Amino acid sequence: MTAKPEMTAAEIASAVARRKMSALDATEAALARIKQHDGILNSFTDVTADRARAKARAIDADIAAGKGVGPLAGVPFAVKNLFDVAGLPTRAGSKINRDLAPARRDATLIERMEAAGAVLVGALNMGEYAYDFTGENVHDGPSRNPHDTTRMTGGSSGGSGSAVGGALVPIALGSDTNGSIRVPSSFCGIFGLKPTYGRLSRARSFPFVASLDHLGPFARSVTDLALAYDVMQGPDADDSACTTRGLEPTLPLIANPVSDLRVAIAGGYFQKNVFPEAVEAVGRVAKALGVSKVVDIPEAARARAAAYVITTTEGASLHLDRLRQRPNDFDPAVRDRLIAGAMVPAPMVDRAQKFRRWYRTQLAEIFKSVDVLLAPATPCTAPTLGQVNFNLDGVELPVRANIGIHTQPISFIGLPVVAVPVPLEPLPIGVQIIAAPWREDIALRVAYALEKMGVAAAPAPRGL
Amino acid sequence: MAEPLDDYIDAVSKALALPVEEAWRPAVRANLEVSLRLARLVDEFALPDETEPAPIFTA
Repeated sequence: MTAKPEMTAAEIASAVARRKMSALDATEAALARIKQHDGILNSFTDVTADRARAKARAIDADIAAGKGVGPLAGVPFAVKNLFDVAGLPTRAGSKINRDLAPARRDATLIERMEAAGAVLVGALNMGEYAYDFTGENVHDGPSRNPHDTTRMTGGSSGGSGSAVGGALVPIALGSDTNGSIRVPSSFCGIFGLKPTYGRLSRARSFPFVASLDHLGPFARSVTDLALAYDVMQGPDADDSACTTRGLEPTLPLIANPVSDLRVAIAGGYFQKNVFPEAVEAVGRVAKALGVSKVVDIPEAARARAAAYVITTTEGASLHLDRLRQRPNDFDPAVRDRLIAGAMVPAPMVDRAQKFRRWYRTQLAEIFKSVDVLLAPATPCTAPTLGQVNFNLDGVELPVRANIGIHTQPISFIGLPVVAVPVPLEPLPIGVQIIAAPWREDIALRVAYALEKMGVAAAPAPRGL
Repeated sequence: MAEPLDDYIDAVSKALALPVEEAWRPAVRANLEVSLRLARLVDEFALPDETEPAPIFTA
């Protein structure tokens, strides 16, 4: 059996476990596809071919010896380059971090993926220090959208979106502080899971905003998303924010019916500043689920503002020494935002964190009568690379500042979200399936139902 | 003509020992204007004195 690009992780793992395909063949197929297409997509910054082949051979040896293999046996995957990969400096999209000593140990999530049999094939391009919604990078060049290579992937996990959207690998990992998993999922037409804050360990990944950082998977199917998420769960003493909750596997639950779920469309703020394609995508999802109820989320604009304030100030604090010592080695756009962040008065940050608790209470109240909220993942489909403004209802608005306006008020309080791709023409766009804290199972269940109905799907890459 | 925020930028730059070259100043100022506008939006929302910040420290 030959590994084909459209094969899901579940299909690859099943074929490998049943000896229809070797882990090495699956790995070689991914490496060949990366070689063929990544010159255009620019999604990888490091390809760990030797390591991948060694791992794949070890899996094949285990299978030959009759040993049990994990649910991701032989599945190639890649990680945003802010994950520690043993032997590589963790560049986090920056020039400065390339001077770091190579990481001595993999990030926890890589260890857990590989313990389940997955095969790491490389590290992925990203916006500098994750302070980005475009997927552009002044040091490494932009990652490119697999459906139209003149367009943005979205950021900051742009390489993750590009690699999975381009079917170079079936699964990638990324991070999401304000939308950096959900935005590339939307622009690249793939599924992405931003779990509850604290659900997945961030140990040995380069931080951005400690109180908002999440890690999570991207995939071309909901089953693959659940598979990856399930194997990565579990407490980790190396991440002080990581939950001590037990494992809560979602894969056995995703095919459960959704008819008993109370679903509503997020109104007010979430229906403003959107292009027709975002309205169309949310409308299609709502119609498929038989939903017409609209729930207003109070003070979402202020929540976005508070997330912005916490991000820019915590980010500035993280990078203060680098800003003092190596300001000219930053992407100037990132540097100037961070310097401004260092100048925001401290009481504003404290007030933003207090507002966060208030806002959390409001959402908890909403989730007493609703199980799922629907909202756009991005206001538009992928803009053109380098695009500065877009015109919305006759008003010129800056692209960078507005890409994440619908994701920020959600990650602000750590809610779990599956971004599902709606395959509109000519470009896909994502919808956020938002659930109450720790209810990833519900968000995945709705995503799975939409996938089965054909409303959500990862389109084949058209730009390759 | 000096912009209203320039004195503030100079003072904080000195206090934090954080260099701001002249060429960067317009972009830093523009970003700071956005940050302060959004911070004011949060600031003007009245909360009870007892409100705890979101992060929890566990001793």
